Amino acid sequence: MSTPTNKPFAITLKVGSSLANKTGSWRTFRPVYLDRMPPCNHQCPAGENIQAWLFHAEEGNYEQAWRQIMADNPFPAIMGRVCYHTCESACNRGQVDQAVGINAVERFLGDQALKYGWAIEPGKPTGKRVMVVGAGPAGLSAAYHLARLGHAVTVFEASPKAGGMIRYGIPKYRMPREKLNAEIQRIQAMGVEIRLNSRVMDLPGTLAAGGYDACFLAVGLQRGQQMAIPQTGGLPVLDAIGVLRAVELEEPVALHGHVVVNGGGNTAIDVARSAIRLGALSVTVVVRRGREYMPAHPSEIREGLEEGMRLLNLRQISAIQDRTLILEVMVPVEGGQIIRSGQTETIEADVLVQAFGQTGDFAAFDQLPGLVIADGAVQVGPDLMTGAPGVFAGGDMIPWARNATAAIGLGKKAARHIDAWLRGARYQPRPKAEVADIGKLNTWYYSDAPRTVRPLLDVVRRTSGFAEVVGNLDEGNALFEARRCMSCGNCFECDNCYGVCPDNAVIKLGPGKRFRFNYDYCKGCGICAAECPCGAIKMVPEEI
Amino acid sequence: MSYQPVRFYQTGTFTVGNRLLDEHDRTVQAMPVRANSLTSGHRACQGCGEALGARYAIDAAVAATDRQVIAANATGCLEVFSTPYPETSWQIPWIHSLFGNTAAVATGIAAALRVKGREDIRVIAQGGDGGTTDIGFGCLSGMFERNDDVLYICYDNEAYMNTGVQRSSATPPAARTATTLPVGPAPGNVFGQGKYLPAIAMAHGIPYVATATVADLHDLEYKVKKAIGIRGAKYLHIFVPCPLGWGSASHETIKLARLVTQCGLFPVFEAEHGEVTGVAKIRKPIPVEDYLRPQRRYAHLFGKTPATETLARIQALADRNIRHYGLLDDAGARR
Repeated sequence: MSTPTNKPFAITLKVGSSLANKTGSWRTFRPVYLDRMPPCNHQCPAGENIQAWLFHAEEGNYEQAWRQIMADNPFPAIMGRVCYHTCESACNRGQVDQAVGINAVERFLGDQALKYGWAIEPGKPTGKRVMVVGAGPAGLSAAYHLARLGHAVTVFEASPKAGGMIRYGIPKYRMPREKLNAEIQRIQAMGVEIRLNSRVMDLPGTLAAGGYDACFLAVGLQRGQQMAIPQTGGLPVLDAIGVLRAVELEEPVALHGHVVVNGGGNTAIDVARSAIRLGALSVTVVVRRGREYMPAHPSEIREGLEEGMRLLNLRQISAIQDRTLILEVMVPVEGGQIIRSGQTETIEADVLVQAFGQTGDFAAFDQLPGLVIADGAVQVGPDLMTGAPGVFAGGDMIPWARNATAAIGLGKKAARHIDAWLRGARYQPRPKAEVADIGKLNTWYYSDAPRTVRPLLDVVRRTSGFAEVVGNLDEGNALFEARRCMSCGNCFECDNCYGVCPDNAVIKLGPGKRFRFNYDYCKGCGICAAECPCGAIKMVPEEI
Repeated sequence: MSYQPVRFYQTGTFTVGNRLLDEHDRTVQAMPVRANSLTSGHRACQGCGEALGARYAIDAAVAATDRQVIAANATGCLEVFSTPYPETSWQIPWIHSLFGNTAAVATGIAAALRVKGREDIRVIAQGGDGGTTDIGFGCLSGMFERNDDVLYICYDNEAYMNTGVQRSSATPPAARTATTLPVGPAPGNVFGQGKYLPAIAMAHGIPYVATATVADLHDLEYKVKKAIGIRGAKYLHIFVPCPLGWGSASHETIKLARLVTQCGLFPVFEAEHGEVTGVAKIRKPIPVEDYLRPQRRYAHLFGKTPATETLARIQALADRNIRHYGLLDDAGARR
């Protein structure tokens, strides 16, 4: 009779762990981790990876966050002020409580960089030389990205200072010049040469003389447009672009007495708010359509009204008789259209400023063989190259979205195509991931956290000078604001998948390394995907 | 609730962990070195709420006692799926008792430990709602009445699931079960009847009674940790959805546990010596229909002619809970 002493009582089979039972064989769907495209990134005309830089900012790692912005956009301090942040309209958090203040955090990061002097190194020299025409947002963005790729860049600028429409079209109270200058100087410090007061009159000649291997045109649209209005008498009628440029150059400009601005875009509001600061008796903006259809940004309109700007919607200036403007009342009808009513009223004016878009002057490029100018714009292919080999174009002068952010994005895009062209290759953009819309998120997990509102200068102070209106976040609330980001479509290591798996089939890889599925035991229940707050897990059918 | 939400961080309050939280603000389940008391390879169905609830609770107890835990386990799903002879998924000292005597077995273990002077070792008894509210009820009530030093955990999935979905005394009214004839004209328990064990446990005046769900891990772990530190009889009632028995999608287990609390049908609270001392407020109130509709056991309420009267009676149950336990803040929601 054997009496084994080391065997458990009343057990005939060897005891084992259930780990021998590979329950992964039950699975018909498998979870996979993926990085979806956050709606903010998808929307950003400059192609910023917003979610990624907020991820670093959430940790308080502001320099890393700033470097992530700089991978796409060399102007965080500028964009944090003048970008119309359509990313925030796309932000999924807007459907939970309020959109994340992306623009405010970007500005905070941009200012941190200037405060601490963070810099970007140029790339290893390639020996190639690129000429950029126009030191506006598109030209400077292209110059910056080309410098990072190691190319030698020379920028030709017709005006006495660089910055393009950001300087000559956006007033100081929105864009303080020391920030603008500092971000441009940072690009110059990378070895980019900017030649001011250097209008390019003969493009082929300049290209040949300088020995440039490629060229990027970004001269923008410089001339303001006027709407023809029947006029008697000598009322001064100015164009908005010329007015803003004169204000910047501190040239005398007749914005006094009763100023009337004709137009409903951001430029019209910029002129109106500048006129208030220059001491106009009254400032009236006349807009044909209703306020909800105005192209100007709602925050610009609101701030203008706070400062005393008067807004006359559904009015059209039909005639000018000496100092009297005849306004015809417009009536909104179905479908957002308006019709004339025949009814008129009058207002007094000492000066009328017309703000109706811009046109370009491309005479200098006419001689270039292959380059096509049509519909008031320079025509380009999908790679932004004009019909002339090696000559690319971007910014407001091509048929594209016309704003500073789009221009910066075009500058980056052009730099990549130019870089590929210089190497005799073609630039292939990466395929875009699917968008992480709100339906892919589990918003239960996000605590309610209202948005941090940037302080506004009080109205009295801002109407008496050109001080910056919108204040900055401080470090505490910038961090809070960054942490409101829901990290749509991209794992932020909340441990939910690791915790909620009934089968312990998620392996935690440690800080910064995310997680991995253990398909030996994953039964494919899908709880991890359902409970992932940010939609970074997808269930895909198993091949059986 | 004594559990304090983490302020001003978008997910720290509700998620399992978070890379930016201090370690003590994360759950036990977020730790890379968690015990995994109920390890992989068990035979629970896809999306089993009970497997999840058991690991949550026992891991929390293991962490709170530095691994000094013994568990007795009633017959039921949890026992069947975790220990098909000769395999076991348990990584703690664990004993299977009969269906009805788990509380008594745990009492015996606690008595033996006392005799041996090992009162550092804590004892847990656990079972499903059938083993707790029906078959083991006498032993459990005795354990309460004697104030034995045991934490009894009931994983409530509202029916006998292991044997093919039969009605228990914890099956809610109108919930269809597979093979049990209804007691009255409609499936489930008769309205106003059935056993609500948390209230019965409170009536014993024991030191600690609490309810929890698999949808709020921070709250569940807080209650296990608190209970395991108390000498005497403790009762923890954990709501664990069952995809098989309820006819719900396997990925909706946690969602259903969340919805049942938000509609008010399952109040989450804690009580000491028979008095309610803390309540988890409803954060995003919903009608009961939102909770019932995804479950096939309630499909008969949502046919071509919706059972509006029955739905109204279920809503009345939820409303009564909301009033009785004060589940809504003045502002309507919390956090």
